[in-house]
Amino acid sequence: MLASIGQFNLIVSLVLAVMLAIIPMVGYAKNHNGLMQLGRPLAYVLFTVVLSSFLILIALFVLQDFTVTYVWQHSSLTLPLRYRITATWGAHEGSILMWITIQALWVAAVAKFSKGLRQDEIARVLSVLGVITAGFIAFILFTSNPFERTFPAPFDGRDLNPLLQDFGMIVHPPLLYFGYVGLSVAFALSVAALIGGKIDEHWIRWSRKWTNMAWAFLTMGIILGSWWAYYELGWGGWWFWDPVENASFLPWLAGTALIHVQAVSERKNAFRGWTVLLAITAFSLSVLGTFLVRSGSITSVHSFAADPTRGLFILGLLTLFAGGALSLFAWRAHKLKSTESVHFDSKEFMLLANSLIFIVATFTVLLGTIFPMIFEAFGQKISVGAPYFGLMFFLIMIPMALLLPLGTQIRWHKGSLKAGVRELAPYAVSAVVFTALTVWLVGGMNVRGTMGLLGAFWVFVATTGQLIKHRGQKNASFLGMTVAHWGVAVFLFGMSMVEHADTEKDVLMKPGQVIELHDLSFEFKGVQWVEQENYRAQQGQVVVSKNGQTIDTLTPQKRHYPKQQNPMTEASIYPGFTRDIYVSLGEQVNDQGAWAVRIYIKPFIRWMWFGGILMLAGATLALFSARIRRAEQKQFNHLMEHELALKQGGRTA
Amino acid sequence: MTPTRKKRLMLIVLVFAGVAVGTGIFLLAFKENIMFFKSPTEIAAGDFPAQRSFRIGGMVKDHSLIRADDSLKVSFVVTDHQHDVTVEYEGILPDLFREGQGVVAIGKMHNTELFVAEEVLAKHDENYMPPEAAAALEAGKKAGNDSKTQYNSGEQN
Repeated sequence: MLASIGQFNLIVSLVLAVMLAIIPMVGYAKNHNGLMQLGRPLAYVLFTVVLSSFLILIALFVLQDFTVTYVWQHSSLTLPLRYRITATWGAHEGSILMWITIQALWVAAVAKFSKGLRQDEIARVLSVLGVITAGFIAFILFTSNPFERTFPAPFDGRDLNPLLQDFGMIVHPPLLYFGYVGLSVAFALSVAALIGGKIDEHWIRWSRKWTNMAWAFLTMGIILGSWWAYYELGWGGWWFWDPVENASFLPWLAGTALIHVQAVSERKNAFRGWTVLLAITAFSLSVLGTFLVRSGSITSVHSFAADPTRGLFILGLLTLFAGGALSLFAWRAHKLKSTESVHFDSKEFMLLANSLIFIVATFTVLLGTIFPMIFEAFGQKISVGAPYFGLMFFLIMIPMALLLPLGTQIRWHKGSLKAGVRELAPYAVSAVVFTALTVWLVGGMNVRGTMGLLGAFWVFVATTGQLIKHRGQKNASFLGMTVAHWGVAVFLFGMSMVEHADTEKDVLMKPGQVIELHDLSFEFKGVQWVEQENYRAQQGQVVVSKNGQTIDTLTPQKRHYPKQQNPMTEASIYPGFTRDIYVSLGEQVNDQGAWAVRIYIKPFIRWMWFGGILMLAGATLALFSARIRRAEQKQFNHLMEHELALKQGGRTA
Repeated sequence: MTPTRKKRLMLIVLVFAGVAVGTGIFLLAFKENIMFFKSPTEIAAGDFPAQRSFRIGGMVKDHSLIRADDSLKVSFVVTDHQHDVTVEYEGILPDLFREGQGVVAIGKMHNTELFVAEEVLAKHDENYMPPEAAAALEAGKKAGNDSKTQYNSGEQN
């Protein structure tokens, strides 16, 4: 019964989304106010209906309705309540439903918070968002319906994948989707502007906030994904250049380019076409990422069960969105021609350079990700290894780190690079000193690691220097930028340390055996069976001590879930500000209780995630810019006056 | 030339140089890090890169896993039901590694019989079969019409 309602709501929401796509646009074409005004209420109703559908799916999981195929496939009688709720978005169908719900939420938010936009502008934006939403609802209805039924219902479900029975999994996908989908707002704005053939500051200022927010969510989603992989997959890595990770990283890279270019195009009439193109690219990459993940065309640890029809459908959507927007761009871009020239020695130019660097990075990662597909078309099976991505990314990020302080230092409009270099020289010297000191303290670091540290110190020292120089500045966007750039530095530092100064040891340990590693000693006390909520586990005991003093007893587990053939490794971590001690179990090697054990020391690994959090905080802080609020208020007043004048004009006539 | 023009020219030259160097590095990095995938049948036919790492995939043959008693050395046989390749590895096998299930290993051929793995992956979808390994098995199955076994281990769970 409930499932039928959910199904029915989905169909209704498809109709609503199609209406949202058509009606305001027709209103715009005919200059009909009543039709354009329908956009907002339609957006609210759409969100309510989609949300109810999503809540119904959650309810079906909570109530254990095994007549619903999706529920029995991903739940079981023994699954705890909290994981029954999160199982809703644990696999393909439900995660797409969540995607649509978040999309509808963004559409409703756009409808609500758009007082600075003219009637015809908001009508076009909502209509484009309607097309996107309709596309994804059609996708779920025709290829991945979560409300499909099985009769007779099985007595018990297949259980949720144990890797997903975890806190990280509860929050990681929603945040990531908020980011992916949030980029659709900037995309919709660009397309709407192309249709209207005009884009001015207040459009970009308006979309900048949304892009910032989407970017912040995306950043958080990626960090959480990385953190989850680190503690849950049991082999201590934090990023694998896996196609699915790349799928989330690509829109992030393009989004980073976009938010930096928007800072220019919002202030002056320059780089307008480039802004539009980047916005189209960023969202198209979100959809491309979804295609890569869901179609099964690329081998990945995350891959959902492959289904060619789903892949084809998303490819169709991608062609429609990206192809449509790009054709429109080719046809109308000349109308967005920028009128103000940009000087070489200026912040504008530096921000342009930033976007170029990030776009090059985007395409490097993209090429590495889709190359196996291209080769496969020619009958060769290949894969592109992590070293390719690692090396390329390292090289591309050198100019990024090098130019970052210069870009923040130099003035708008017309500055002087020479003066900038002169002013920053002392910072460069101190960065070199700090790096040398750190390398000496660590005791040997390879070239890449040293370069990474140098970049980290350079960005940090120069950013802090700028803050001290402008200490009177209470401008939120300046502070936001500073915090985000600190994030870059902290991330670089953590990454260089953990990648180039970590210790990994896979060893065979007999009960009672002690292994010394740096200043620490690890004593293996053997493995015992323990009973937990919905699984049994072989739990090892490893006593970590330093100079004879016990620091902690780590208890890594090998978990066995009743419905899974394979065990699952659960690492045990002693987290720390300067290093993590990470222990996980491999497998039992012989009958005398000897086990394969991984003992890792990961210096400063937490700093990477902390750096990400700083970036996120910076982006959020920038939302509260007083300058932008003033400009928006002015725009709003202007609109109101305009409308008032129209009304009065109508009365006198 | 006016200073502006000079600057512009310099910029263009720099961009070109950057693009050229970038493309060069890109191609080099690509060439070095592309990894081919080979099935046991292809390896038996001698169709594999001799000097560099590649991926091998197939099914871990039942009862073929041998563990050393005092180290993390293991050896097992990867098969596509046409040909077998023995794989040696030192390290911890992934959770999803199992006899009778799909596996992908990265490494080099030591001689024509023995593959020495640097890394063993048991990447797979929710049906417990890496797509590459499944394709290799599929090809093996097609080649040998006498074999009547079903390999779609996805039905097991």
